[in-house]
Amino acid sequence: MNISNEEKIALFKKMIEIRLFEEKTETLYHEELVPGFVHLSIGQEASTVGSCSALQPDDYIISTHRGHAHILAKGAEPKYMFAELFGRTTGYCKGKGGSMHIADFSKGILGANGVVGGGFPIMVGAGFSFKLRKTKQVGMVFFGDGASNRGTFHEAVNMAAVFDLPIVFVCENNMYASTSPAEKMVSGGSIAGRAHAYGIPGYITDGSNVLDVRAAVQEAVDRAREGKGPTIVETETYRYKGHFEGDKQKYRTQDEIHTYRMNRDPIDRFQTQLIEEEILTEEAATAIWDEIRASIEADAQYGLDSPLPEPEDALNDLFVNP
Amino acid sequence: MGVRDLSCSLAMAEALGEEMERDETIFVLGEDLVAHGGIFGQFRGLPKRFPDRIIDTPISETSIVGAGVGAALTGMRPLIDMHFADFITTAMDEIVNQMAKIRYMFGGQAKLPLVLWAPDGGGIHAAAQHSQCLESWVVHTPGLKVVTPYEPADVKGLLKAALRDDDPVIFFQHKRLFNWTGPVSEEEEILIPLGKACVKRPGKDITILTYSRMTYECLEAARELAKNGIEAEVIDLRTLSPLDFDLIIKSVKKTQHAMVVHEACVTGGFGAEIAARISEELFEVLKAPVVRVGAKDVPMPFSPVMEKFVLPQVEDILAGVDKVLKRT
Repeated sequence: MNISNEEKIALFKKMIEIRLFEEKTETLYHEELVPGFVHLSIGQEASTVGSCSALQPDDYIISTHRGHAHILAKGAEPKYMFAELFGRTTGYCKGKGGSMHIADFSKGILGANGVVGGGFPIMVGAGFSFKLRKTKQVGMVFFGDGASNRGTFHEAVNMAAVFDLPIVFVCENNMYASTSPAEKMVSGGSIAGRAHAYGIPGYITDGSNVLDVRAAVQEAVDRAREGKGPTIVETETYRYKGHFEGDKQKYRTQDEIHTYRMNRDPIDRFQTQLIEEEILTEEAATAIWDEIRASIEADAQYGLDSPLPEPEDALNDLFVNP
Repeated sequence: MGVRDLSCSLAMAEALGEEMERDETIFVLGEDLVAHGGIFGQFRGLPKRFPDRIIDTPISETSIVGAGVGAALTGMRPLIDMHFADFITTAMDEIVNQMAKIRYMFGGQAKLPLVLWAPDGGGIHAAAQHSQCLESWVVHTPGLKVVTPYEPADVKGLLKAALRDDDPVIFFQHKRLFNWTGPVSEEEEILIPLGKACVKRPGKDITILTYSRMTYECLEAARELAKNGIEAEVIDLRTLSPLDFDLIIKSVKKTQHAMVVHEACVTGGFGAEIAARISEELFEVLKAPVVRVGAKDVPMPFSPVMEKFVLPQVEDILAGVDKVLKRT
């Protein structure tokens, strides 16, 4: 697979945008400017960006409670996401969704979904829609190791396989379902391995290497687009932060987190590679970080400056025809 | 245009066929639809007419209902066949957390034109897991419209309206009404708007509010009452959400007595909601408390003797009327 230097830099920038968005969210959460729950995916950027980069603008994704990264990677604008996190009228969902329910249907984002495993059946329906409308669209479901144990996963993969639906199931295995280690909760050794039970391909890929992820997912997307049916891609990744902000993380050691961060950070790795391949200089890389940091700061400020909804706005948007 | 007699089952097939002809984004997803036109024959003739759009799925209710949501979000208008209304239990997340909430929680970005067609009700000796009326569960969830027709003409008109609606509709159809026959216009464009109840029999002494199969029992009871000079007004609510409360107010103001009859068990049933609202809004008008009649609070027993005892009968309705009128 050939990826141009321009596209490599775009992947690099997108990973940085996600990292800085999440770090800013973390800071603002601890300043009590983000109400409710926040689930960060710092450390998983290569998995998400590599996957979404294989899609076309009119393809669809569905995301999870840990969804900021997927939504940004599919093209949502950080300023409207921040506004949503703060519960403002300018947010993607006018303040009705919050961190766990951000969507931008105009960009093919069917939303972050607060129910673990809730996205699988919905994407099966999108798959039927693509087939019946005879489009060449592809749907991508993001899920974690935990969701692979929901019945919805098995029903949806079976149904997608039976009807050759154009769906790519991307499991971001970050090793923990909330507090439970995947190695104790997932039978059969891997999630990709479950693909064989349904007669479809399953790949495991290095989730800290954006190009590896891209290559595996691209193959799956191409296969889906050609009408050959679904694929499961499992990316081996790691989240640096707790299941939610405030998680005491008694289920793992600080050492483990430190080791991953030092040795397998997806952005560090890719930056080093780009510099080694002379696609970027150190200075250019620093300039990219600075530029995106400034833009994320401005986006967060946009959210904070946006108006709060009127309480009565809670009564709108239930039905198209009330 | 003339009128001919049609069963509820044929009225449903006719409505769906006409709408599928008119709108190619309508398709049907469910189990065992193609071979026999559905387990109740409700899709008779349609699999041949629309071979790609009536789709048999694996036994995966969770995914079937969830797929309805996904298809509706991406440009289609699915009708999801629930096989038996009892099986909505296996897709409650898809109904309650997804279908009902996606438009609202995403700030009105999405529309979900979807009909979940669910055959419900007892009286066919199908025991506890194939006989329930679960409408109050979904009425209790904001974001869903709920339809419970009785007459074949209403089945047709309401299903057509539901298929053209941009919001999710749970369409309950009583199994003991599939063969119930009544006049249906030959005209295609007859739509019955959701949220409009219908006076099935006018009266001045008591308002009997009902829906679905119990409309039949209530009309029987009204005929009995008339023999004793009591004129009951029987209202078929037809849709529970949105609810035509204006018609209820109008009728209860006239009769000053009200009761609610449904086949679902009494406790926590939709009758409780209606009774509470009538009490809140028409307390001064009422001459007696609102009485509810429904199934006894047990799962549906199998043996026909016990089943009949559990289901509300005409005598139970008459006893309910007696209870209301005696308090005056």
